[in-house]
Amino acid sequence: MTATDAHITSQSSPDASPVAAVQPALSIGNVSHSYGPRRALIDVSFTVQPANFTALLGLNGAGKSTLFSLVTRLFGIQNGQIKIFGHDISRTPGEALRLMGVVFQPRTLDLDLSLTQNLLYHAALHGISRREARLRSAEVLTRIGLADRAGSKVRDLSGGQMRRLEIARALLHRPRLLLLDEATVGLDVKARADILDHVRQLVTEQGIGVLWATHLFDEIMPGDDLVVLHQGRMLAHGGMSRVIADAGAQDVNTAFMRLTGTATLTGKPPT
Amino acid sequence: MSSTTVTPERSGFSLSEYIVCLNGIVWREALRFLHQRERFVSALVRPLVWLFIFAAGFRQVLGISIIPPYETYILYEVYIAPGLMAMIQLFNGMQSSLSMVYDREMGNMRTLLVSPLPRGYLLFCKLLAGTAVSLLQVYAFLLIAWFWDITPPTIGYLTVLPALMLSGLMLGALGMLISASIKQLENFAGVMNFVIFPMFFASSALYPLWRVQEGSPMLYYVCQCSPFTHAVELIRFALYGKMNWVSLAVVGGCTVVFMIGAILAYDPSRGLVRRGPGGGEA
Repeated sequence: MTATDAHITSQSSPDASPVAAVQPALSIGNVSHSYGPRRALIDVSFTVQPANFTALLGLNGAGKSTLFSLVTRLFGIQNGQIKIFGHDISRTPGEALRLMGVVFQPRTLDLDLSLTQNLLYHAALHGISRREARLRSAEVLTRIGLADRAGSKVRDLSGGQMRRLEIARALLHRPRLLLLDEATVGLDVKARADILDHVRQLVTEQGIGVLWATHLFDEIMPGDDLVVLHQGRMLAHGGMSRVIADAGAQDVNTAFMRLTGTATLTGKPPT
Repeated sequence: MSSTTVTPERSGFSLSEYIVCLNGIVWREALRFLHQRERFVSALVRPLVWLFIFAAGFRQVLGISIIPPYETYILYEVYIAPGLMAMIQLFNGMQSSLSMVYDREMGNMRTLLVSPLPRGYLLFCKLLAGTAVSLLQVYAFLLIAWFWDITPPTIGYLTVLPALMLSGLMLGALGMLISASIKQLENFAGVMNFVIFPMFFASSALYPLWRVQEGSPMLYYVCQCSPFTHAVELIRFALYGKMNWVSLAVVGGCTVVFMIGAILAYDPSRGLVRRGPGGGEA
């Protein structure tokens, strides 16, 4: 389906769900990327459906961040195609980016500005008027339990609170696809669980498609879709149980080891 | 949580979205500037050192004859003030442009670049915001210089504003063009040695060009061709409520050319790729 088709479909319905039913939130088609002679991604293809949690599993250096940079248009696509709800990121980046929220692995907040100021800046970048932005900021801050810190500097927040704020910020323009690159790195167990719960709620309650890059096996649940990335190659893609069965394994941990031929483990297998 | 809805699909952007975006970027840059007092102080100290020490020392060495836009004999301090204003903008433009290309502010550039508005427009807004910050610095400098007997006509403070905006944009765009296209100039020391100092000295900032011509005709032509000379002259004339049309044309033309070149040359992957070990972040 072309971008125009998607647009027509969405206009013909007051609800976004009919589009969601036919159009993947994110579709990656035969994407390859090199840094000079080093190949970071080799012919990667997969989709993320709306209202679905897809875990992008790979060790450090597997190509996850490169993929995120391509999906968010930070890097130009060398080979292949990336579409967000049918909008090609290279051809119609505006429409594609408008439907996408991103939480990058490095922190991207202004530490010297307040929580509200950070949110207002993001809203402005999406062309949301100041009045509407204030309403939405207050709303998301209440939702993540930081309403009483609205005027504090971001520098004074804990790591977990900063992440929550970044997720709230990524949702401010009400995207339908949320990308999170190792969002729980460096957080304690409680903060990790809170953030993961929060994102899973977004999937079930708001129908947002989520691509969650991680190298921690215990962040993956049985109902999730799984993409296994290793040294730039996609080794498996599908429902978690299918990937495990196809690998002839009992759990994600073993499946990952068998697929990649590595014994480097981080995290615990899901129970 | 369930009350939140997702955005409906539509294409294109309205004028108000463009304006909101520009306001947001300038507003943030100004907020950050106000929070970074040391940056403000160092931006002011540099030209003030030139004014208080260098100019005082050179006052006796260099006599300035009556040249436009001045109508009387002037002190050397008065002569170099517009050059120092342009220098503030030169440093500011190079500094902010360099950080846009390399990774010092990369986290922030990511936030900026995932905005759905056209990338060229976002970079233009960012340059405009950098220019706005340089205006704050220049006016603070003018305020202090006023106590040092550099007292242009009151109207000059107003008429110099559009000139400063144009020269600030030109220097910011030049900085971005240079840092985006010349890989070797990836740190500020390199830019200072190879760009800022040569431009500053090979211009009319410190000495009138007729004096340069007496010393070295070759250097005179180099200075004449430098866009920085024209930025200085545009500011100098505007500060005295006058217009230098040649400089306006040169600065305006260069702004457009540098801006287009900078937007075309800007590659956000450059700052990112350098982050990781082995030259790339996987």
